[in-house]
Amino acid sequence: MKRRTFLAFVAPSLFMMLAFIAAPLVSVFVQSFYETRAAFEQTVVENCTPGFLAPTCTKETRTQAKLGPNGKPVTETVYVGLDAYRRILSPDAVMAALSAGGEGIAAILKIDFWRALRFTLTFTLITLPLVIGLGLAIALAVNAMVRSLRGPTIFVTLLPFIITPVIGALSIRWLFLGDGILTRAIEWVVQRDISMFAQGWTIEIMMLIYKVWHVAPFAFVVFYAALQTVDQDTLESAIVDGASRGERLRYVIIPHLAPLIAFVALIHLMDSYRVFDEIIGFASQAHVISLQYLTFSFLTPDETGNRAITRAAASSMLTMIGIVLLLVPLLRRTWREQRGRR
Amino acid sequence: MTDIRPRALQPPLWLRLTSNGFLVVWLVIALFPLMWITLMSLRQPIDALSANPLDVIFGKLTFDHYKAVWVTNGFWRNFLNSLIVTAGVVSVSLTVGTLAGYALARTPGALAFWLLILALIFRALPHSVLVTGYVPMFLNSRELLQPLWDAPILGGVLSWFSASAPTLYGKPWAVIAVLVAINQPFTIWMMRSFFQNIPAELDEAALVDGCTHFGAFWRVIMPVMWPGVITTGLFSFLLAYNDYLVTALLLDAQSQTMVPGISQFLNRETRAADQIEAIAAAVSITAPLFVLVMVFQKQIVSGLTAGAVKG
Repeated sequence: MKRRTFLAFVAPSLFMMLAFIAAPLVSVFVQSFYETRAAFEQTVVENCTPGFLAPTCTKETRTQAKLGPNGKPVTETVYVGLDAYRRILSPDAVMAALSAGGEGIAAILKIDFWRALRFTLTFTLITLPLVIGLGLAIALAVNAMVRSLRGPTIFVTLLPFIITPVIGALSIRWLFLGDGILTRAIEWVVQRDISMFAQGWTIEIMMLIYKVWHVAPFAFVVFYAALQTVDQDTLESAIVDGASRGERLRYVIIPHLAPLIAFVALIHLMDSYRVFDEIIGFASQAHVISLQYLTFSFLTPDETGNRAITRAAASSMLTMIGIVLLLVPLLRRTWREQRGRR
Repeated sequence: MTDIRPRALQPPLWLRLTSNGFLVVWLVIALFPLMWITLMSLRQPIDALSANPLDVIFGKLTFDHYKAVWVTNGFWRNFLNSLIVTAGVVSVSLTVGTLAGYALARTPGALAFWLLILALIFRALPHSVLVTGYVPMFLNSRELLQPLWDAPILGGVLSWFSASAPTLYGKPWAVIAVLVAINQPFTIWMMRSFFQNIPAELDEAALVDGCTHFGAFWRVIMPVMWPGVITTGLFSFLLAYNDYLVTALLLDAQSQTMVPGISQFLNRETRAADQIEAIAAAVSITAPLFVLVMVFQKQIVSGLTAGAVKG
């Protein structure tokens, strides 16, 4: 295909990506250094009260909102440098917590950003092996079952994956909420009253369960498809050589699946780093928040209708740096594969 | 059906039992939450929230909560908004993505390679980062875009569409554009892998016969590309339909779609019926997806594996 034809075909897609992904990215970067706020001016006001001989006068400087010609408050955009970043990361508080007399990690985790980062990372890293393990187990089990039942099994397995994330999280929450059926089941087992929504760690466990429930089907489908293409000759020669079932799994099947495990890991890292819908579904913001939720909360108007755009931009940039650091090793791998193939 | 595999490959009995037992447990886990909330949504509050699970299972059937959600609370408006947004996203996303995917599949050059890497990086971006960029633009778009409307020739063309520069906030078509863009990286990767499976000889023959590249695409490739388009379309549908973050921040109350719309039921759980109404709304949102999996199971499976197995 000639370069010009190629560009003509790609142009609409490229335009969409540049206009709606690249351009906002640049604007977020710039915004994180500027703050738009109501302009204030200082005026000197002289107050006089009548007194004997001479009135008593006091001068005071007042700070008041500057009003434009039409009586509306004037806004100004000022360069604030790294202020927004400093407010989010609060390096002073972190240093204080880490110094000799500080309270250590616990104090740091009270700061919103660090709290969000801690949850986002643990969430991503704990669910990753669980999703891959459960997906693989289901794939192996379906692969071993009678053919006629595979269709319905795949149908049911796909349901948790296809469901709207917020709704999926809600449905799990309702099973536990108040005297929900699963809360009662646990109460019956441990023989005491429990409340699943009173403390952070129980909510976190429910979120982990939800995420594994939601994503394992995706891993399953990918692994299941790959199991259909395992080289039967290799498998048979492994049997002839006396390999046990476990050895065949370990030395023939797993290596065959290895690139796909990497693929699922890559996709899952990208997606679970974005954890957000779970926070909404479980209404966990009082106990647990994620990086995306932090930005979302800055962008939601507060009681006075203001949105903290600058802080949202700064927290977005920090979120992005995080995902880049997390993905660099995996992206380099994909790159090498694509290069090698050409 | 009998197992046709050689005897040595057949698993021993204990392994088959464990494996099938495990599957049964998994299927129950996969289905239970959805089944249970569907049951709850069809019961009177006293049965649905009862301490005895049997009340939920055998309680009296009622559709009151659905009526309250759809008629009294006007959830049909959110449904229409969802319909508009998803239909827009699917059609635009496929048109744009198909063309790009085709070109990428047929071009081995470095340019195509870099474009794909760029798309992969865009795919990884958390959506909140992008939305942060949109929010101020969308709120102030009237002032920001006004110069375009004042421009000599372009302004004349643009004023055909609207008299003055629009405020993008709360406009479904603006959200469609945003969701299409967010979806592009995924769409072009997927369409590319589908087109790579269509032999290049097909369009080369058409080119030899004197077709232009676009002509070859239109006459030869279009008729055979539908399986790929349907699969990719399904995933675009899911992205648009399931989105919360973008629609919650860029649409106002009148133009809100179903998924963020559900929060109106969540934030007022004071009566016993309120929670059940929220559950009925949740089930309403899930029902179309259920139908979707039933009809398109094969395409979804092929789509999930296309990116992975064929590369």
